Amino acid sequence: MNAQAGDAVKVVNLVVRYDRTLALEGVTLDVHFGEAMGIVGPNGSGKSTLLKSIAGLLTPASGAITVLGAPPKKIPAGSLAYVPQIEAADWSFPATVWDVVAMGRFPRLHFWQHFGEQDRSAVEAALRAVNMYNLRARHIGELSGGQQQRVFVARAIAQRPQLLLLDEPTTGVDAETEEALRRVVRSLVDDGMPVLMTTHDLDRVDEWFDRLLVLDRRVLAIGKPDEVAESGAYASIREHTHTHGHARSA
Amino acid sequence: MNALLVPFEYAFMQRAFVAAIAVGLLCSVMGTYVVLRKLSFIGDGIAHASFAGIVIAYIRGLDYYVGAAIVAVLTALGIGFVHRRGNISLDTTIGVLFTGAFALGVFLMSRLKNYAVDLQSFLFGDILSVSSKDLLFIGILSLLIALTVVVLFRGLLYTTFDPVVAQASGLHVETIEYVLLVMLALTIIVALQSVGIILVAALLVTPAAAAYQLTKRFTPMMVLAVVLGIASTVGGLYLSYFLRSSSGATIVLLATMLFFSAIGVKHLKSFRSA
Repeated sequence: MNAQAGDAVKVVNLVVRYDRTLALEGVTLDVHFGEAMGIVGPNGSGKSTLLKSIAGLLTPASGAITVLGAPPKKIPAGSLAYVPQIEAADWSFPATVWDVVAMGRFPRLHFWQHFGEQDRSAVEAALRAVNMYNLRARHIGELSGGQQQRVFVARAIAQRPQLLLLDEPTTGVDAETEEALRRVVRSLVDDGMPVLMTTHDLDRVDEWFDRLLVLDRRVLAIGKPDEVAESGAYASIREHTHTHGHARSA
Repeated sequence: MNALLVPFEYAFMQRAFVAAIAVGLLCSVMGTYVVLRKLSFIGDGIAHASFAGIVIAYIRGLDYYVGAAIVAVLTALGIGFVHRRGNISLDTTIGVLFTGAFALGVFLMSRLKNYAVDLQSFLFGDILSVSSKDLLFIGILSLLIALTVVVLFRGLLYTTFDPVVAQASGLHVETIEYVLLVMLALTIIVALQSVGIILVAALLVTPAAAAYQLTKRFTPMMVLAVVLGIASTVGGLYLSYFLRSSSGATIVLLATMLFFSAIGVKHLKSFRSA
């Protein structure tokens, strides 16, 4: 996987609108294989919108997105995994931890194919990676926020995607979960996985990411975390984020 | 000696029992999706809208159920479309469109000089009037829906729980949603004759809602919903023979009692484990 040629994600001049509001204006970026890119920016800066556009969940007003060599909606099922913010899910749904992570396998299975040994071992490995295997039989409504987040990440890992998108997985989770997630993400990246992740937490960006993108509807800066820090591009963001606390963006 | 078996001696009752099993099965399977996707209002709306189809079919001299089925499927697809593309909220859309379609049915009917449609039997159902031809129709539709659920089982489950992530991972969420709505419309048509326009929503929602109280995984919920649904339709039909009551109403009342029993059992369980 390490030696894959080309960029995993290529975004050129992306413009996204919600009705009359401009959410992204002219965003250009690329994500390489084997690299974790962090997206930071104030609330409403378009971080989630950018991820959703790359995931093929939104239709851009203009610009081009190439994911794994194709437009987002044309890539083969199972090749992209998207981890949304946990508030988006119905946690009263009748499902156990195992059931939810097993869904990660569904995009790869045709209806006539059984959920086989290979699928079960992928689910087990994903659950162990995030330290949730012991809680596999628990109903999802009985989990803490950190555990719910780990379940969502495990579902994405069980899918064995070629590109991983994470929307603020560290917001509102305990320190132990954050560290567990960081280790999982880093080990995936070391195996060649491209990762794109939004975050509010500016304190450990150098431990998480190879490159950082500072977004406020447009790209303010992009580069290695320390370079970006020196450029001063996110000093204003940091101030902004701190004044507004850690409230979640939509 | 066997007074309890008397209902099974009549051919019309036998047909009614077969219909009751099919309707209980179908409504509970679809009801599981209806409850988890919060579509119960849609079920009620489709049932009411189909009344316009029944009246139009009558005027044109077509089979009532074909007319009802066409209107039900079209409205189901219409909601899916408005829900996806429109800026109007779903419950507003349904509230406007379906009461409108129902009113159209009543309007057309009231203008007929001499109509022979038994309004009562459409509103409240008449499972005892199920003919062999109706049974064939019910059988084919049931098989079709069951097959579709089996083929789309994983896709339906994933998109019910988390449509956004399912779409991102490459599932055809929109197609699955439309297929579900069409199946829902057809289920409602099958159930119309048994329990009628007014009560069909109850049969979609109540057994699945009862099962939801007692289970924590999807497949057990669906299986329990089917057990409770068939118990309601078959049990209600059976009881209605002895109580000389409306079969549709008895079926729904029995389902309602099962629902409250399920809540009771749930509380008893949590009381014991506390």
